[in-house]
Amino acid sequence: MPHGRIGSLPPDHNLDDYVDSHTPEHRYGGPLRIGLGGPVGSGKTALAAALCRTLGAEYDLAVVTNDIYTTEDADFLRRNAVLPDDRIEAVQTGCCPHTAIRDDITANLDAVELLESRHPGLELVLVESGGDNLTASFSYGLVDVQIFVIDVAGGDKVPRKGGPGVTASDLLVVNKTDLAPLVGADLDVMRRDSAVVRSGKPTLLISLREDPSAAEVADWVREQVRVRVAAGANTTRA
Amino acid sequence: MSSALLTLADSRLPAGGHTHSGGVEQAIAAGIVGDPVTLTAFLRRRLHTAGAVAAGLAAAACGADAESLAHLDQEADARTPSPALRAASRAQGRGLVRVGRRAWPSSAWDALPEPPHHPIALGVAAHAGGLTPRDAAAVAAYLSISGPATAAQRLLAMDPLAVAALTARLAPEVDAVAESGRNGHFCRIPAAADSLLDLLAEVHAARKDRFFAS
Repeated sequence: MPHGRIGSLPPDHNLDDYVDSHTPEHRYGGPLRIGLGGPVGSGKTALAAALCRTLGAEYDLAVVTNDIYTTEDADFLRRNAVLPDDRIEAVQTGCCPHTAIRDDITANLDAVELLESRHPGLELVLVESGGDNLTASFSYGLVDVQIFVIDVAGGDKVPRKGGPGVTASDLLVVNKTDLAPLVGADLDVMRRDSAVVRSGKPTLLISLREDPSAAEVADWVREQVRVRVAAGANTTRA
Repeated sequence: MSSALLTLADSRLPAGGHTHSGGVEQAIAAGIVGDPVTLTAFLRRRLHTAGAVAAGLAAAACGADAESLAHLDQEADARTPSPALRAASRAQGRGLVRVGRRAWPSSAWDALPEPPHHPIALGVAAHAGGLTPRDAAAVAAYLSISGPATAAQRLLAMDPLAVAALTARLAPEVDAVAESGRNGHFCRIPAAADSLLDLLAEVHAARKDRFFAS
């Protein structure tokens, strides 16, 4: 591996010796793992439920929830996503929902692996974070791609404020567009600011209330699965 | 001292410890812990019971062969009457194996039962990292209070400086527990049961409204 401009001291050390060769299991194969992050109340659980309803007949899928305190999200999914109990795992995050998806992903890896062992044909796992702030993001040791969900009611300046969730997520979803006239939010501003801070990565403005199937987001998910299958990931599972 | 010891005892090591409170979440709910004084009492009690047992097991597991590791895992079971605590220990053991295999590659990991009790995994991690049984005991003793201390700080919004201070002042006792646990003979592994911790763990596991896994 070229060391580029950083250089390496002392010169007799090979940097490759410090880097372990392990690749996370999900990079080789198994289900596509999608992280769903975003502030409290933006619609993460509603989006997870919508994706389960829309994609449940197409894919063998399961969900991991990271409630900060209760099993409320898991209970909501059982009621609204027509998902059986054995396809939902709730993780306790020790008061730190952010830590559990980024800095120490152990509990979430345990939950995903439990679901994978319970359902060997699993094709898609949604990992929903606990409600957090704009700095929340998933470790790519846990998920393959991540969706960050904000909402119009939080104010049209949120995309401009940025933060890793808004700028670096693979898909930004701006939910509750139906509320824009009521809260004085300018959707064009949100769309334009998102495009600027996200350097071309996609943003979808949706209303889960008006489209409970989350059709556009589901299409994006289908594309992610298609890309993964085309890359051969599912045929080289260790 | 090897800096591998610092890595192993670092709360930032991603082994899943941050989701476990060591019983302090339920102790707070039960009104047993509520301030620095009662937290100190709880931590001392935990150090001299669960901590001493973990230190003895970790030291014995450091450098042990597959047969001894399996035996030690049973010894850990026998010293952990609460099913909730057994599950919590094995969950943390599994997390430590996951990161330990990457950090300190060694054939010793393959000799562990799956998933192992946490102190047994700690002993193997210490050995794989070039550490001694005394080091393994020190890490086990230290982790028996550092995790619950942080959990209490979060749950009670305590002054983090106060929690750091009381944890630091427990150092001589942590060292004493580690020292007494260093002798790795099976027959000398402490069996200091604490029915309070067992009961708190069982009540906690049955709750749905909890932040921590244990």
